[in-house]
Amino acid sequence: MDVLTKNFSLYGKGFLGTVELTVYASVLALALGFVMASCRVSPVGSFRVLGTVWVTVLRNTPLTLLFFAVLLGLPRFGLVLPFQLFAVIALGCYTSSFICEALRSGINTVPKGQGEAARSLGMTFGQTLSTVVLPQAFRSVIPPVGSTLIALAKNSAIAGAFSVTELLGTYKTLSELGYNIIWTFVWIAIGYLIITLFISAVFNILEKRWGVAR
Amino acid sequence: MAVDPLIELRDVNKHYGKLHVLQGINLTVGRGEVVVVIGPSGSGKSTLCRTMNRLETIESGSIAIDGRPLPEEGKGLAELRAEVGMVFQSFNLFAHKTVLANVSLAQIKVRGRKKEDADKRSHELLDRVGLASQAEKLPAQLSGGQQQRVAIARALAMDPKVMLFDEPTSALDPEMINEVLEVMQQLARDGMTMVVVTHEMGFARSAANRVVFMADGRIIEDRTPDDFFTNPQSDRAKDFLSKILKH
Repeated sequence: MDVLTKNFSLYGKGFLGTVELTVYASVLALALGFVMASCRVSPVGSFRVLGTVWVTVLRNTPLTLLFFAVLLGLPRFGLVLPFQLFAVIALGCYTSSFICEALRSGINTVPKGQGEAARSLGMTFGQTLSTVVLPQAFRSVIPPVGSTLIALAKNSAIAGAFSVTELLGTYKTLSELGYNIIWTFVWIAIGYLIITLFISAVFNILEKRWGVAR
Repeated sequence: MAVDPLIELRDVNKHYGKLHVLQGINLTVGRGEVVVVIGPSGSGKSTLCRTMNRLETIESGSIAIDGRPLPEEGKGLAELRAEVGMVFQSFNLFAHKTVLANVSLAQIKVRGRKKEDADKRSHELLDRVGLASQAEKLPAQLSGGQQQRVAIARALAMDPKVMLFDEPTSALDPEMINEVLEVMQQLARDGMTMVVVTHEMGFARSAANRVVFMADGRIIEDRTPDDFFTNPQSDRAKDFLSKILKH
């Protein structure tokens, strides 16, 4: 018990680090996932190729490898950024490929006639997607997007191995200080639970509000 | 015939895999004309209807609307589609929007009308199809016949030059067919150019200027309704009519 009370500021920093990583990377993943899903259903062939390559490469690369590539690779091309930002980029891009596919499966649940009706009225591809198809797709992608963001929160632990302040990384300091490893991890786990349960709760509310009525 | 052609199809061909679904189709629809397309299932009549606003692509031949060839993609195609109203068998009302928003959406997005102006026009059109009181409902709360009338109002809201109807009554209960046909009859009387794919022979007889009979991807006959129903020329049409007119 006193692991937490005596090291509250250390836990707090780690917790905030994980929250920051999760929030920023989620925003990036949702934005990029949205763009890539639009690409994948676009009538323009080169956009479809871009979307497909993006998903194939990022979804099939181990996240740790991606972290190495971003943190060690980008500086070689002269791009030097804070480690936390690198971590957000790696996490965000990685997760965006899963978001993209969740969105695309949602788009596929919208009957084809909806898009045809919109197009037959003279709406452009962008208008059809944004005003007719995506609002209806959104309802059915709430659960899978929630799961993906929970996975992102937990994946953020990998950033700790690259000296970014986050929750799991606090165990190193604590075990060096000689605290009971079990209790150290129990409190870390509770920290993660707070974050993931919060995401679950948000998505439960979204689903109640906008989910598909049956 | 067809002094002032609005839709012109020249030698249009299309395959679905091995099936040659449109075989050298030539068809001209004049301004103000009502053309009814009939024929057995799988004869290509729906496909023909859908090529006219390029919901189906074609492999060869040309299609022109009001003298302009159909663009392949992009903004030009969208602009042209705004001039061609389309009514589908399955209504395809936007499920997440109210009846009023369904009719107003494209006016605002495509025609650039202000929301108040668009809604005013939508109310007029809903009144015209007899649904003024349903404006705030969602499509799922309406009957099939009502949904289809909303779909007609939605297409009319763009002030199209021509209306395409792809089996508009085929998904309706028998007692709802008439309310939709009445709206279509009224449109025809008002001088709207219409291409109607249908199995409603009564509508073909009373409202059409011409009947186009299709079978196996070809136009077999293209004549006035009286001529066609009383004196079909081809065996294929005779056979078709004998099957449907017996009851």
